Amino acid sequence: MDDPLVREQLVRQQAATLDRRAAAGRGLRQVAVFSVFVVVLGFLYSGYKIFGQAIDDAQTDWPALGSVLPRTDDLNMPPILDILGEFTVTPGGTDQILGRQLFDEAMFTLREATVGFLAGIVVGLAIAIALARSRRLERGLFPYVIASQTIPLIAIAPLVIVWGRKNLDFVPWEWQDWMSVSIIATFLTFFPVAVNGLRGLQSPKPENLELMESYAAGWGQTLRRLRFPAAIPYLFTAAKIAATASVVGAIVGEISAGVGGGLGRRVFLEAQRYTTGPERLYAAVIASAVLGIFVFLVITAAEKFTLGRQGREALS
Amino acid sequence: MKRNSTRLWRLLAVLLALTLVAAACGNDDDGAAGGGDDDQADTGGDGDGADGDGDGADGDMDDGDMDDGDMAELTPVTLQLQWVPQSQFAGYFAARDLGFYEDVGLDVTIVDGGVDIVPATVLDSGGADFAISWVPRGLVPREEGLNITNIAQVFQRSGTLQVSFADAGINSVEDLAGKNVGNWGFGNEFELFAGLASVGLDPQSDVTLVQQDFNMTALINGDIDAAQAMIYNEYAQVLETENPETGELFQPEDLTIIDWNDVGTAMLQDAIWADADRLDDDPAYRETAVKFVEASLRGWAYCRDNFQECVDVVVDAGPPFGGPGHQAWMMNEINALIWPSPGGVGMMDQALWDQTVEVATSQGILAAAPDEGAFRTDIAAEAIANLEAAGIDVTGTDFTRLDVEVTPGGE
Repeated sequence: MDDPLVREQLVRQQAATLDRRAAAGRGLRQVAVFSVFVVVLGFLYSGYKIFGQAIDDAQTDWPALGSVLPRTDDLNMPPILDILGEFTVTPGGTDQILGRQLFDEAMFTLREATVGFLAGIVVGLAIAIALARSRRLERGLFPYVIASQTIPLIAIAPLVIVWGRKNLDFVPWEWQDWMSVSIIATFLTFFPVAVNGLRGLQSPKPENLELMESYAAGWGQTLRRLRFPAAIPYLFTAAKIAATASVVGAIVGEISAGVGGGLGRRVFLEAQRYTTGPERLYAAVIASAVLGIFVFLVITAAEKFTLGRQGREALS
Repeated sequence: MKRNSTRLWRLLAVLLALTLVAAACGNDDDGAAGGGDDDQADTGGDGDGADGDGDGADGDMDDGDMDDGDMAELTPVTLQLQWVPQSQFAGYFAARDLGFYEDVGLDVTIVDGGVDIVPATVLDSGGADFAISWVPRGLVPREEGLNITNIAQVFQRSGTLQVSFADAGINSVEDLAGKNVGNWGFGNEFELFAGLASVGLDPQSDVTLVQQDFNMTALINGDIDAAQAMIYNEYAQVLETENPETGELFQPEDLTIIDWNDVGTAMLQDAIWADADRLDDDPAYRETAVKFVEASLRGWAYCRDNFQECVDVVVDAGPPFGGPGHQAWMMNEINALIWPSPGGVGMMDQALWDQTVEVATSQGILAAAPDEGAFRTDIAAEAIANLEAAGIDVTGTDFTRLDVEVTPGGE
């Protein structure tokens, strides 16, 4: 026990256990807060609906208000229980409940999004490294990186689909339209990675860079040993943005380019038949939101796993 | 430094895991064609899930079968639809699923349309071999320089209506004056504008134009007095909706319709378009075009005579869009847009072509009447001759609409 090394190890273990407990507690608290928030949202929705219907009934008394506020009848705001119940309904002509179908659609979209996300990380990182390497490149290229994000997705989506069908048949596997949607997702995801990555690569303090210099480390070595590790926390911040953006990109791509599956396609179809089944559109939108939250949580978990306790502390 | 390298390893592990996830998903599709296709069919059956994808895999499977069966090589063909899978395209799905395309040596992949997909553009840029497009939506890009041509005029009538509630008292185009008139835009408004102009109303000042979603909610909400509707789609949607006042579905007598076919400003709709340059330069493509049109028209003749089977094909092919009840309604109305085809199915009706062009030029949609290459009938004529030789009724002279029961929500 007198051995300071052993004692230090014990102390460290204890700290780790405490940290884990604290983390578990934090996690539980977050789940609880989130759940309460969802329930409150549900009550707000239902409360407003009841309020609006009361106004509708008394429309003669409050005509002005009734025409300004969103409508609250069942066509425009289906009851929340109907929306939730819709997940367990088996739509006509199919043999699975809607919840299961939406899960399958979500997996289709998740695949597009994941491929787009990974490609976005690679492209974004490559750009970040290139820009960090050369100031001239940074000055010349960076405006274009920013300008790329002002191009409306719906303008490029059909082009990408057609281009993919026609020009990408040389890949060793059969090119399919969903892969073009991944390219659209990549278009959204590379940007935060490039911008944050560049900041991260430039984040080491001058004295650290000078130290590397004094070791006669080359640019590649400095990148590997100093710049890139320093950029990881920045990259995770970017990845969180990129992950949700990849889902958005996949959904928008599906809607605009006519890929035969996924949540975006489903939202589009349910919007068309909204008049006869508004609950189903709400359900599809909820499923999209859940998918977005899911990928965010996955990246957050990956961040915790990668950076560990110290990394998080360093960040916060 | 040690911490950094641990971080790096963990980061690599995370990236590897993500890559594996993506690869695992991808393998479902790219792996064994049969297995992948089955998976797709499962998800496809329940939803629109992986539908276009499933088509692609279908193609794979056919290839596989063909190699086993020592048959002649099938020619791969991609067909770009104007919209999502629904009975509007039943003939093509029937031709695919019942083997009509295979019979003529084609392996056809049918690709969904989307909000921003212009079939003519996809066709011209080589993203598809043939495309289904309304005539004006083919002619406008053609005038802008795309060399595409209409090779088979499948629909002989327009399916576009303006639908109002009976109590709004809109029984004729004149009654639209001063009303809120819905339209979808994107080139769906031409017939409406020409119809208004035909009775001396200015679309921009004599009515209030309202941008309408692709559904009928705004009509039911009362935001629109006369809503744009396809007779085979949105019109049925109203009938499939419960009338909050009666608790029953809306009835046809609750509604009044303006039919552009009656007004005389109807424009030709679904036609098969091909790449005109390729038709001229590539005899093999022309031959494929004849085969494709022939098998497609055979599909349409089949759907006329086998109503329910085609509804099932569509429901299997695509999403549960509106459900089987809705697709049954649509199949019936689509048949009525095609049949009877006095000149033979797919043959251009010159009078309606002229009317379409007249409406388009008078509305400034087209700067000038299109040249002679905008449509050609030689391919359809050959296809029709082949079908007649095979004993298939190509005019449907005695076709009558069925009585399709409207189901709540179209389910």
